[in-house]
Amino acid sequence: MSRTAISVGAVGVIGALLAIGALLPSWLLFLVTMAASHGVVSLGILLIMRGGLVSFGQGLFFAVGGYAVALTVNRWGATDALVLVGLGGAAAGLVGAITGPLLARYSGIFFGMLSLALSMVLYGILVKSTALGGSDGFNIPRPTILGWRLEGASGDYALYALAVVVTGVAAWLCAIYTRSVRGLVTLAIQANPLRVEYLGASVRGIMALNFALAAVLGGVGGALTVLALGHIEPTFAYWTQSGEFVFVAILAGPRSVSAIFAASLVLELVRSFSNLYFPNTWQLALGVFLLAVILFLPGGIGSLGQARIWRRPTKGRDLAALRAGEAAE
Amino acid sequence: MTPVLATRGLDKAFGAVVAAAGIDIDVPAGQRVSLIGSNGAGKTTFVNMVTGYLKPDRGTIALDGENIVGLAPRMIVRRGICRSFQIPQLCVELTAMANMLVACAAAEASGLSSWRAPDDDGRRERAEGLLERFGLQRYGDRPVSELPGGVRKLLDIAMALTRKPRLLLLDEPTSGVSAEEKFPAMDRVMEAVAGEAATMVFVEHDMDIVSAYADRVIAFYAGRVIADGVPAEVLRDADVRRYVTGAAA
Repeated sequence: MSRTAISVGAVGVIGALLAIGALLPSWLLFLVTMAASHGVVSLGILLIMRGGLVSFGQGLFFAVGGYAVALTVNRWGATDALVLVGLGGAAAGLVGAITGPLLARYSGIFFGMLSLALSMVLYGILVKSTALGGSDGFNIPRPTILGWRLEGASGDYALYALAVVVTGVAAWLCAIYTRSVRGLVTLAIQANPLRVEYLGASVRGIMALNFALAAVLGGVGGALTVLALGHIEPTFAYWTQSGEFVFVAILAGPRSVSAIFAASLVLELVRSFSNLYFPNTWQLALGVFLLAVILFLPGGIGSLGQARIWRRPTKGRDLAALRAGEAAE
Repeated sequence: MTPVLATRGLDKAFGAVVAAAGIDIDVPAGQRVSLIGSNGAGKTTFVNMVTGYLKPDRGTIALDGENIVGLAPRMIVRRGICRSFQIPQLCVELTAMANMLVACAAAEASGLSSWRAPDDDGRRERAEGLLERFGLQRYGDRPVSELPGGVRKLLDIAMALTRKPRLLLLDEPTSGVSAEEKFPAMDRVMEAVAGEAATMVFVEHDMDIVSAYADRVIAFYAGRVIADGVPAEVLRDADVRRYVTGAAA
């Protein structure tokens, strides 16, 4: 898929979702808002996964972004949602830029467990910190956009639109990034990091940047979630939250940016309906669903309709284009 | 004139096993040097030390007079020493062209773009040119996992050449290549290398290949250099016949 096609597709999907949003009932509007806000965090995991690593600690950045927004609202009175989303991404990106070079020194399970450990350190600090609301967290008022307070049904739609546009732009940028030179070298790192190092490229440097970008996306997701929920608590950094982001990334598979959001929405729907019909055993339903996906769709949702192309490229198309470009589809 | 590669007093031991003991080697510009020796003689250890994969216990390694001991492999590559591997190190799920594009991108001084496509900026033309020089153009669209061993060897060498290295190190370029394909493959390599890297060191077990393609042969045994000179002389050396070629003295 060419860059122009990706851009046109992104504008089309964002426009369609904005139009559809006007027709959705409020409960579904909120569900899609949450799916988009969480999906953008899993999008960051996708960037890391393409280099052969899995982070089990994206809750760290989700929480940093969320707390940065919530504290800014409560302490300094800033309420503009666009500024706050940018602030959440920047705060998490800063933490990612500091921790990324450290984590990039490790691979495999060591990388995963160290990322998890960092997120749990933050969780421990947040739970014990009364100044940050302790284990209960705290509430924030509804945000504004250009001076307009987002309240009532129109406010809900505006938050939905904000989540759709921000995550849509993030997905578009990620699609371009995965098709770029750096995106292809990231795939090569997954396949053979030794070779990439012996070609003169810095594996650690590339993975540290991918990690920092994933951190920005985590912070943006945290900011969007806090703005929609109006509440933050330490569970943003808890390991089960990080696990959900990995769950979505696995459900989507490593091949598609758009599949991440479909997977995120599926997770929200399964969780909501399971909660409704099996309130005490909804995790069981979720587990059965994940098993079914692993058994019948091992490549994830993103592999639907792509499996044959993935295994054997058609004549005249090279696998580089397929692998570097798959994320855009 | 400063040699391209100069090692002095290079020692390396793995526990009680001595892999290199006082290796002093100068490689002048333009020479094609073959390293020979039985398994465990220290050839690959020497290559691994020169390319930064292993750090010597003692001694210096100089590229154009600059000591490179302790530098990371990528820093040594950036200074002009590139290598291929005994077992080709390729990205097997990617196509041959994608592998070449990765190599071309990594070779660029401007750094890796997060925006530009891999085959922009003349990268594809450069990759196609190298594939053609190695006779691999028809394999460009195929995943490496589907390629025969000899083609993988050549692709591995082609990737090492994308930087136009000062010194090219080839670890057993014909191992795994069928007997009838060895000479054509080496002809391809020599032709391709002639335009990119004037100086070459290759590890080789086939003495016919060594005789045909090396200007100079260095024989290793138990981590030491036991003979060094033109192929005809070294291959006649009594120690080389006893410890390396196995021919009757």
